[in-house]
Amino acid sequence: MENALEVSNLSVQFRDKRVLADLSFNLRRGDALAIFGPNGSGKTVLLKALIGSLSFSGTVRWAADTRLGYVPQKLDLERDIPITGIDFLRAHLAVAYKPVSSISAALNSVGIPTEVAEQPIGILSGGQFQRLLIAFALVGEPNVLLLDEPTAGVDEAGQEQLNELVQRLQHDRGLTVIFISHELSVVYQYANNVLCLGRAHPCFGSPRTILTHELLTELYGSEPSYHIHEH
Amino acid sequence: MNTEALLLSVAMSAAAGLIGSFAVMRRMALAADPLSHVALPGIGIALALHINPIFGAAAMLGFGALLVWGMENRTRASTETVIGIVFSAALAIGSMTTSGEELIEALFGGAGKLGKPEFIFGLIAAFAIVAFAISFRNSLVISLVSPDVARTAGINVRRLELFYLEAFALTIALGLRYLGVMLMGALIIIPAATAKSLARNLTAMLWVAVALSVVSTLVGAVIAARVHREPGPLIVLVAASLFLLTLLRPPR
Repeated sequence: MENALEVSNLSVQFRDKRVLADLSFNLRRGDALAIFGPNGSGKTVLLKALIGSLSFSGTVRWAADTRLGYVPQKLDLERDIPITGIDFLRAHLAVAYKPVSSISAALNSVGIPTEVAEQPIGILSGGQFQRLLIAFALVGEPNVLLLDEPTAGVDEAGQEQLNELVQRLQHDRGLTVIFISHELSVVYQYANNVLCLGRAHPCFGSPRTILTHELLTELYGSEPSYHIHEH
Repeated sequence: MNTEALLLSVAMSAAAGLIGSFAVMRRMALAADPLSHVALPGIGIALALHINPIFGAAAMLGFGALLVWGMENRTRASTETVIGIVFSAALAIGSMTTSGEELIEALFGGAGKLGKPEFIFGLIAAFAIVAFAISFRNSLVISLVSPDVARTAGINVRRLELFYLEAFALTIALGLRYLGVMLMGALIIIPAATAKSLARNLTAMLWVAVALSVVSTLVGAVIAARVHREPGPLIVLVAASLFLLTLLRPPR
C-alpha cells in the first residue's frame, strides 16, 4: 500500500443520529491533512474512528508499517492526581519496551524542561500538557500523528509555538499529520489537504481549491473573517 | 491473631492499597460499596450448600465484575451508574437468602476460625492482585489519563478494564473475613485517598497507599483484640482517622 491511509465509505452512527456518512479519501505519506468544519460536524468522531476507538461501517486502511501517535483534545484531569509527566512518559516506554533513556530526548524535542515534567500532570498549563501529550506520542516513534485541536485552551503565543512544533516534527521525522482545526489561517499555513465536514457532501482537496467563499458561507451561515498568511 | 491470620491480613491490605490507588485515580471511589453488595447472594448460596462463604462471595463477585464489564460496553453508561443499579438489586436478593447473624457477619466481618483452604486461597489471591497491579500499573496509568491514547499506545483497553474489575472484585472477597462486605470498600478507598492527597508521583502514591492500608489493618486488629470487639469497624476507623490527620497539614 503506497498511501498512508485509505478511507472508503466511512459512516458513523450514534443511535438515531448519523454523524459521518460515506466519507472517502486517501492520504499520501508525509501529507498534512486538516479536518475542518463547525462544531458538531463529527471532526473528533472521525479521528476516533481512524484510531479504532469507536465502531463504524466502511473501511479504514492504514499502511502496514503504521505507528499511530494520538494527541487528544483537552483532557479533564484532577489537579491533585499523583502522576507526573515523567511517570506518564515512563509508562509509555514500559508498555512499548523502550529504554527509559529516551525520556529526555522526547522532552527536548517538544521543549519541556525536566523540572516541569517532574510536576503532577494535573497542574501543568494547557500548552505544557499538550506538549507532554506530543512527547508521549513521540516516545512510540510514530509515523502518523493525529491531533485533535492541539491548541484549544492555549494562549495565542503558545498556539503558534505548538503549530510550529508540529510542523517541525513533521518535517524532521517525515510524519503524516492529521489535525483538527477551526482556524482557517492555521489550515492554510500548515495543511496541504483539507477535509471539510458539516455539509451534505464532505469535500476533500488542497486548501486553496476547497476553502472557497461559497463553502465557508455554507458551513458557517455567514462568511467568517479570516486572514491568509502568505509565506 | 495467629501468624497465618496476620500474614493474610497484611497481604489483603497490600492488595487493597494497590487496587484502591487506581480506583481513586480513576474516580471510581464510590463503586467499591455497591460492588461489594453482590457478595451477599454468594454468601447465602455458599451457606446453603455448606461451603466456606468466602468462596461463594468470590465467585459471585467475579461474576458481578463480568456483568459490569459487559453492561458498560453495551449501554455506554458510566461504570458507577451500572454498578449502582446491578448491585442494589443484588443486595436485595442477598438479604433474602442470608439471615440473622450470618448476615451481620457477612456485612461487617467476624473472626471465625481461619481454615487452611481459605488461608491458601486468600494468600494466592492477594499475591495475584498485587502482581497484577504492579505489572499493569503503566497500562492502567495511561488508560486512566486517556483510553484513546492508551489504545494508540497498543494497550487492549477493554481487556485491561476486565482484569481490573476482576482484581477489584477479588480484593473485596478477600476482605470478607475481617471487614465484611460493607467495610471492605472503605479499606480499598480510604488509604488510597489519603495517599493521593500526600503523594506527588505514582511510586509514592502506591507505596503510601499500601503502607497506610497495612498499618490501618494491624492497628485496628490490635485495638479490636484489646477491647474485645470485631476488627472490621476499628480498621476502618483507624484508616479514616489517618485520612483526617492529613487534612490538618497546611495546603500546598
